[in-house]
Amino acid sequence: MANEGNGRTSGTITPELEREVERFITMEAALLDEWRLEEWLELFTDDARYWVPATDLPEGRAGETLGLIDDDIVRIRARVERLLSRHAHAEYPWSRTRRLVTNMRITGLDGDEIRASASFLVYRIRNRHVDPYIGHYEYVFRRTGGELKIRSRTAILDLEVLDPNATVSFIL
Amino acid sequence: MDIGSLIVEDNERGTFRVHRSVMTSEEILALERERIFDRCWLYIGHESELQKPGDYRRRDVAGRPLIFIRGKDGIVRVFHNSCTHWGAKVCRLDQGNAETFQCFYHAWTFNNLGQLVGIPDAAAYPRDFDRAALALKTPPKLDNYRGLYFVSFNPGVEPLLDYLAGAREYIDLILDQAETGMRVVAGTQLYTVRANWKLLATNSLDTYHAPPLHTTYFNYMAKFKGSDYETETRASALRAGGLGRSLGNGHGVGESAMGGMARPIAHWHPMFGDNAKAEIARVRARIVERFGEERAWRMCDTFRLFLIYPNFVFHDVMAITIRYFEPVAPDAVRITVYALAPNEESKEQLDLRLNNFVSFLGPGGFAHPDDLEAIESCQDSFRSREVEWSDFSRGLRRDPELMDELPIRAFWRQWHAQIMGHQKAARVDDLPLAGNGRALAAK
Repeated sequence: MANEGNGRTSGTITPELEREVERFITMEAALLDEWRLEEWLELFTDDARYWVPATDLPEGRAGETLGLIDDDIVRIRARVERLLSRHAHAEYPWSRTRRLVTNMRITGLDGDEIRASASFLVYRIRNRHVDPYIGHYEYVFRRTGGELKIRSRTAILDLEVLDPNATVSFIL
Repeated sequence: MDIGSLIVEDNERGTFRVHRSVMTSEEILALERERIFDRCWLYIGHESELQKPGDYRRRDVAGRPLIFIRGKDGIVRVFHNSCTHWGAKVCRLDQGNAETFQCFYHAWTFNNLGQLVGIPDAAAYPRDFDRAALALKTPPKLDNYRGLYFVSFNPGVEPLLDYLAGAREYIDLILDQAETGMRVVAGTQLYTVRANWKLLATNSLDTYHAPPLHTTYFNYMAKFKGSDYETETRASALRAGGLGRSLGNGHGVGESAMGGMARPIAHWHPMFGDNAKAEIARVRARIVERFGEERAWRMCDTFRLFLIYPNFVFHDVMAITIRYFEPVAPDAVRITVYALAPNEESKEQLDLRLNNFVSFLGPGGFAHPDDLEAIESCQDSFRSREVEWSDFSRGLRRDPELMDELPIRAFWRQWHAQIMGHQKAARVDDLPLAGNGRALAAK
């Protein structure tokens, strides 16, 4: 899925940029593990998308294929509101999560957009079960006013089946 | 265990109770495999999944690894995915197109009609070695209704059309929404839940839970303000004009007016945005043209939660979902879900359909994870064996309304009859109201 080599990159991937992206992704994981979801919302652009394709079709595209999650910014915000309420029963009480996010790399530069990917192993601990979610993220960041924001966040699972995880009820 | 007393129906008192051991017992699961899953018609796939000769999909049905395939003669067949030599799986990919399947173990080769067409070192076998008898094995029964294929491992199963009984009316109501046929959209939701399969079956038919369990979904939908959209309140939308029905043979449906929810065919909601309005109006007008105002209203402005006994659910709500499931243990059910869409649907409408699908449904929706939490919570609490019964009495003694448990009782009655070794229940429906107040014993 990496798109380096498409000949459309502009600019240079500098060590500073790599560190900035790594810090961003690491900080995002901490916000999610700590359930600081209001702060997490601040990381997105107003045209952001959050997409989790189906496990049998990791290359599936939103709008053309059935996935697990297809959120625009309105739904991302509503998802946070839902999770922070007491009525998201699948997340009441909240799952504990621990995200190991690694192998981060910038995969392309295109104007003011930066593409990056990272591997994840997210453990969800709930009701005395420990369920691993294994996969990788694909990000598109946009620099607005000097700051990086997430324009697109795709969580692609390597799991063939959500077994026995059942749900993606927290933010993956 | 006295299986005759697992369900207790008392019409005089208006009670219907199911013993919770049916959700926890290995013995019951063994009976279910033998008397339900090995005897009923079970869904395997849709014709659109096999477009060209040689197209195949691997499917597990009733615990068997099967190949659902269209042969080079165009005919749809099902094979056990097991080499007739020593047993390795001859088909190693979940889907694809193949003229032949060569077993990777000893290289026996079968064509896509299932015939054994190649044995290496054939001279090692007698000249009259019966190759025909070594074709890939097929389940005894395969049939389809309007492109929905069902298999049965029971050679004596009744014809599919008879089995479907009143469910056909609802299949028609769903499939008729497409003018040029339905197709399965790529992308499958595959998940396993720590709960008994019957908790999912009954949840799939239940609307009583919607207001308390799915508050966050209705709150989300209420955020959207449309230019000229008259919002119906969530309570009236869910309660007005709905009906639960038993459709024979354990099948059932809950049907009600859409309100506060969006439907790609063809009920506009502000969530779809103003841009989608014209297209939805066009789709609706075409349906009115084809079926008349009354049936079009039902197709466009009402939803259905619809179960074909024992394990196949059509949710014709925010989108059309096919959901089928089977037990892997008393406390684990494996679920497969996909989306059906009309072949002629525009790209923009398909996007709305799929987006609307996952707003509510599936492992990441705003509602279905809470369903799963509820059934897992039930399952876990069944460890308290002293709390012996679950209650399904709602509406037993009144004219049925949407949230009543009437179709769920029909499921249970068929289930109970089959567990006791009968082919079907003598009665799946509630007794007529006139019968109430008389001392009518449960059958």
